[in-house]
Amino acid sequence: GKLTLLCDAKTDGSFLVHHFLSFYLKANCKVCFVALIQSFSHYNIVGQKLGVSLTMARERGQLVFLEGLKASVDVFFHAHEEPHPLQFLREANAGNLQPLFEFVREALKPVENGEAAWRCPVLLVDDLSLLLSLGVGAVAVLDFVHYCRATVCWELKGNMVVLVHDSGDAEDEENDILLNGLSHQSHLILRTEGLATGFCRDVHGQLRILWRRPSQPTAQRDRSLTYQYKIQDKSVSFFAKGMSPAVL
Amino acid sequence: MAAVATCGTGAGSAGSMAAATSSSDVTSFQRKGPRASGTDSGVPRLVSIAGTRPSVRNGQLLVSTGLPALDQLLGGGLAVGTVLLIEEDKYNIYSPLLFKYFLAEGIINGHTLLVASAKEDPADILQELPAPLLDDNCKKELDEDVYNHKTPESNIKMQVGPVSSSRFGHYYDASKRIPQELIEASKWHGFFLPEKISSTFKVEPCSLTHGYIKLLHFIQNIIYEEGFDGSNPQKKQKNILRIGIQNLGSPLWGDDICCTENCDNSHSLTKFLYVLRGLLRTSLSACIITMPTHLIQNKAIIARVTNLSDTVVGLESFIGSERETNPLYKDYHGLIHIRQIPRLNNLICDESDVKDLAFKLKRKLFTIEWVQDNYLRQERNIYPPGFSYLLKQKDSAWGEGSLQHSTFLMSFLAKATAFASRLVRHGEPLKQTGSGRIHQAAGPRLWHDGRRQEAPGFLGIPP
Repeated sequence: GKLTLLCDAKTDGSFLVHHFLSFYLKANCKVCFVALIQSFSHYNIVGQKLGVSLTMARERGQLVFLEGLKASVDVFFHAHEEPHPLQFLREANAGNLQPLFEFVREALKPVENGEAAWRCPVLLVDDLSLLLSLGVGAVAVLDFVHYCRATVCWELKGNMVVLVHDSGDAEDEENDILLNGLSHQSHLILRTEGLATGFCRDVHGQLRILWRRPSQPTAQRDRSLTYQYKIQDKSVSFFAKGMSPAVL
Repeated sequence: MAAVATCGTGAGSAGSMAAATSSSDVTSFQRKGPRASGTDSGVPRLVSIAGTRPSVRNGQLLVSTGLPALDQLLGGGLAVGTVLLIEEDKYNIYSPLLFKYFLAEGIINGHTLLVASAKEDPADILQELPAPLLDDNCKKELDEDVYNHKTPESNIKMQVGPVSSSRFGHYYDASKRIPQELIEASKWHGFFLPEKISSTFKVEPCSLTHGYIKLLHFIQNIIYEEGFDGSNPQKKQKNILRIGIQNLGSPLWGDDICCTENCDNSHSLTKFLYVLRGLLRTSLSACIITMPTHLIQNKAIIARVTNLSDTVVGLESFIGSERETNPLYKDYHGLIHIRQIPRLNNLICDESDVKDLAFKLKRKLFTIEWVQDNYLRQERNIYPPGFSYLLKQKDSAWGEGSLQHSTFLMSFLAKATAFASRLVRHGEPLKQTGSGRIHQAAGPRLWHDGRRQEAPGFLGIPP
């Protein structure tokens, strides 16, 4: 039961989301993907480049996909009786994410009839900081993550991967609260940053990996590693700092 | 894989279109024939929409923004289903131009337009569109088409009117107005906020401003009624809807993010953008929004808005700033910053390498050019990455003309050339010695008995 935090600052860390999605699907895990930023076909096409078919996984029941863009149009223009996962879009004041949590719990519930199903359940959330833009408070998002962690990581012994944007110098206080709160809870932090020297064609950014043990007292130092990367069409190549093949 | 990704989740007709286009190269360099837009419910037909072309990178369908230079910087054009956000310049002089180019391109290609504004009546905006610069062949075709009678049977009405040229992007003459016939031949919908807001509208309170709610309903209505999302069983539309929203976020829309730092419903604009993107992704439409971001007090909102839009272009004009007197910029009217380009259906995006761009508006044309801010930037490829960072800092000790700079240059260049020349020397023969025997290659000059000879003219008596 691990919580992995993907954080990107000044660059786009979505390649990590695609990686984790294809990784867990290939590992035969049951995945619930809350995709708020892009449409299903986007993830599908990139997934095909990485070797998994999302449509097949969805049909098999291995993947439960909540497409935020389509669902938001649905919930905005048509009123629903039963609570929709994105119900907070219709609410005037800061909504809560209870319906969304119910959706996740329903999706990752272990199947009762005992057939050999999938391995550990995984919850992937693409872009929690988008929820802040949509009117949900930082505390409500942290509550949602806490509920999901209790259910997915502790009760169902699964994993969680969430993506948060780091606003850097844009002074987004709510985002900073969310990011700090999540950093303290997570077991693994993958932080993608743009290069400090600006845009470079051959090195797209830098990835910092930090292993943490949030439950134990920090007697030992957390391990961390830094790599630089270049994203290619179907994969990402990593190399140590300064060792880009373009420079050598 | 040339799939029309934005309609991937749409209804069957859109799906068959996707299947058809993926089987062969679709180019838009064919005029939309009457058969193509007819009832093609059963047979997947090769449908090409006028004014679009698939991207070379990922097969995404692209439309032109009206400025071929901007199209090139954005990786070929604006993807269908995405939002282009223009951050307005300070006095709002040049961003309406980009807005109008976008709409004019739609008229020329026969796309349907939806113009929304809180300041000007959309009909007036359309009157002020720039005239296209057509070469002679197209002009003759245009004159003929205009005097033809419109055939009443179609939803192909927009095809009969204008043009034309099978080109992807067109150039416009900013000093002339678009001919009236073209406007009348085109199909457009206008949303003028003061007119719409007077009627009562029952909606449960949610944190969007009233104007935004009405605009979203209007757009959704048009998309559904005209069949741009393929969900309306009666209407099968194979055209692009170009949406233009002017001055979004300004106080005229009822939003106060430009007035105060901590406003009551600061999520109004971001929610609007999210739902708008949801509408666009599931329909054949492209949207341009101009937003006065320089007025937004809260920087966090600007960052959120940027994250919520797909393509973001910022304009910075030189009027009133100290750069106006800078001799480097005397030919130009402002800088243009490409802040964000989306990664659609791909891990990478088409970012251009050139980052210092300026624009100028001459009598006829709006051109975007690369400007040299610092002569060192053009030599970026011989400096190691990181050095330019040192140079960029203000008053740095590494500025040009300083001792550190020149010694660094000398040592770096010496190393670079020495390394390169070392590679060359092995293949380079010695000077010919006159009697015509075989050149001896450079290298450790060993006689066959193992003795090493350093200087060429040294005579050693072999033992």
